[in-house]
Parts: sequence; C-alpha cells; structure tokens
Amino acid sequence: MRRAILAVLATAVGLVLLLSFKPHEVISPAARPAAVAEGTGPGPGDSGPGADDGDGDGGEDGGRFGRGFPDSSGPRDAQTQETQSQETQSQETQSQETQSQETQSQETQGGWSGAGATAGATSGEKTVTGDAADTRWGPVQVEIVISAGRMAGIRVLVAPQNNHRDIEINNEALPILDEEALSARSAQIDVVSGATYTSDGYIRSLQSALDKAGL
Amino acid sequence: MRHIEHVMGTVFSFDIRDSDGRHSDPGPYVAEAVAWLHHVDEVFSTYKPDSAVSRLSRGEITLTGCPAEVADVLRLCESVVLVSHGYFTLHPRGRLDPSALVKGWAVERASAILRAAGAADHCVNGGGDVRLSGSPAPGRSWRVGVAHPLRPGELAAVVSGTDLAVATSGTAERGAHVVDPHTGRPAAGLASVTVVGPDLTLADAYATSAFAMGAAARDWVEGLHGYEAFAVTSSGATWRTSGLHPRSRGLTTT
Repeated sequence: MRRAILAVLATAVGLVLLLSFKPHEVISPAARPAAVAEGTGPGPGDSGPGADDGDGDGGEDGGRFGRGFPDSSGPRDAQTQETQSQETQSQETQSQETQSQETQSQETQGGWSGAGATAGATSGEKTVTGDAADTRWGPVQVEIVISAGRMAGIRVLVAPQNNHRDIEINNEALPILDEEALSARSAQIDVVSGATYTSDGYIRSLQSALDKAGL
Repeated sequence: MRHIEHVMGTVFSFDIRDSDGRHSDPGPYVAEAVAWLHHVDEVFSTYKPDSAVSRLSRGEITLTGCPAEVADVLRLCESVVLVSHGYFTLHPRGRLDPSALVKGWAVERASAILRAAGAADHCVNGGGDVRLSGSPAPGRSWRVGVAHPLRPGELAAVVSGTDLAVATSGTAERGAHVVDPHTGRPAAGLASVTVVGPDLTLADAYATSAFAMGAAARDWVEGLHGYEAFAVTSSGATWRTSGLHPRSRGLTTT
C-alpha cells in the first residue's frame, strides 16, 4: 500500500480485564446526563497492553473513542433518558430478568467482563438489564453493572445456543463484542472490523441497558 | 458525531470527526447517507421478496426494469468473478445474490456522500466492513482492530491508516456462510481474512473471495494491485501479504 501508512500489530491484544470505558466520551453532549459528565475515573490504557503493543501513531491525544454504541442521535435515546430515573432501574432489572427466563431458558454461563468482573461482589453497584433483542438466531440480552456512575461491566444473559451454528456464533462473536464495547479504548482503536449477525441484537440490548441507566 | 443505523440485516455505525470545527452539524449529511443505505436495502435485499434483485432473480423483471445501480453492481460482481478465478460468485446458493459485494459498495458510497458534503474525516462501519476517510484527529491515523476469530475477547491485529477500506470475511462473521463455489462446501483453511485497500467495494468482495480460497488466498492477494491481506488460519496461525508492514516498537514504517 503506497497510499497509506499501514501497520499490523500481529500480537494479540488482551483487553477484557482492562476497563477504561468513559461514558461521557461516547455520549454526545446533547444527551449526556449531568450526573456522569464529571465521571472521569482512571485514564485509559496507560498501564494496559494497548500501551505495550505500540502506539506508533504518536497519538497520546485524548481524542480516542471506543466504537460508538451509545449514540445520542439514535431514536430511543431522547425518550428513554428523559423518562428513566435511577430509581426505576433496579425494578427494570428484575422485570427484565423475569422476562428473560420466560422467553429464553438458555442463559449463558458467561461471566462479567470489564472491571465489573472484580467489582461485582461489592455493594454500591447497580445492574441494569437490557431488553431482549430478537435476532435471526434467537434473543440476545445483556446486563450491565453501573459503579460510581460509570459502566463497569457487561454480562451476556441470553445468547442463541440452540444449534451448532448458534454455538459457534455465540462463542466467537459475543465475547469479542464484550471487549469491543468495554475496552476499545484500551487498545486505542477507533473501530472494529469483523462482525456478526448476533452483534445486532447485542448492540440493541446493550443500547437499551445504557438508555435505562442514563449513561 | 456518532450514529448507529440498523439496516440490511446488520448494524451500520457512523463516526464523524470534526477536528477543525468546520461543520457544526453533520446530521443532514448523515441522514442522507442513512437514506442511501435504506434505498440499497430496498433494491438489493434478497430477504425482501419485492426488492428489484429478488424480482430479477425470479425472472419477473429484466435488468432494464431495475434501478440503474443494479446493473452497476452486477457488472462489478462479474469483474470480481473474473479476477478471483470464480471463487467469488454471483450465485452463491444457486440464486442471484450480489450481497457479498453490496454491503461494501453501500458503505463506500455512504462514505462518498459524507465526503462530498465536506465531512472529510469520518469512519463508516457496515457490519464489520470499515471505510475510513481522512483522519480521526490531526496528525493521527485511524486504528482498526481486527477481531480475533478464534480467541474471544482479543484482537488479532490492528490496522492503521488514513483513507482506507478494511473488510473482514470469516466464520465469525455469520457462521460458516462462505461456500467454496468449486466444491459447494463451506470454505476451510482460514478462520478469517481481512483485506485492506483503497476501495471498500472491492475490499469486501476480495475478502469473500480470499476466504473461499483458503490458503491460496495469500498468493492471490499478493498479485492484486493496491490490496493487502491479513489472515488467521483455522489453526490460529497468521499471515500477511508483503504490503502490510509490521510495526516494531520504536520504528516507523511507511
């Protein structure tokens, strides 16, 4: 390629435990709740593998974004963020979990990813369950944990596991998307290539959880 | 500005950077690009029985009865069929289905719409096929993580560049959906292959072709002008074509 500077960092970048999701940076100012506007937290990726894997673009600028899941221009944001209060979230969680058990018996064994994996046992956190999103392969539903006003983890509650193909998609696709949603900043990447059909449902469920949480 | 659109059976995301503050509101341009994607879906979807492609496939209409872009896309497909020695096919399941090229083509055009409107710095991701335009910030390249097809939660590589198309085809994309047209069986040998080049229409079609080729794809892509590939094999090994330069820490590769 002559037209572009290219590089492949062929080392695998392990990201899952490195949480540097900053909600206020992936939600546009127009829809950003004031409560999380100041929620900065630890800096992204400074001690993580992203730094070790080479940042030859010289970009220590702060403008790096994960992939834009929460999008203020999406059709749901305005209404849900106005109507959902923090107090209603736990009720939402319970009702959604009940719904998930009704509609989908196969809850995944997947654990938390992100910092919520270690923080999940402590108090002071809130879990918010996203809507079950129907996909071609079956429903997908995620749950997020909110700690100190920040999203601290994602767990896939329901994923298609009904046949061999679905297992393949589930095993290969959803965890990658966990990383994408939570840890894209750690790898200092702007976008991810390689995607899945199930990602559609994953993103919809995650978006709805984010909407409910007001993040 | 970010926008996510559910269309064509997958997710499209727009990431518009405005580092110099020239555009106060890219919304109208993004809306135009989104409308374009929905138009493409209406014309080309093989899941919509009333789409032009579905009707053309059933013989209810001829090519002259289709929107002009159908002929453009079919012509592009036929050229890739030739270039790929038949590993790319217009009839992957025995029926007319240009989908393997349409998504990349649609993203390419959506990116062009944004560029024509003056939004030079943006990224459009159509279900994992990515078109980068300009740069994300002054002096910085876009960085595209390539999802590892075999190791959940990891990236296999990061590709960086400006004005670049990155398309990945593999088992993680939609299950074992790419069929080797010469054997009729799911393609084997590669877990995923990522094709990088200047145009996403071709990068997407080349990625599909390369995945169907398996191990032979490496030499094939080496012979393509302007396009490079990175692959993860079924056993987890990786290879890249010679134009994709590995970057060692502390070194700058051009």
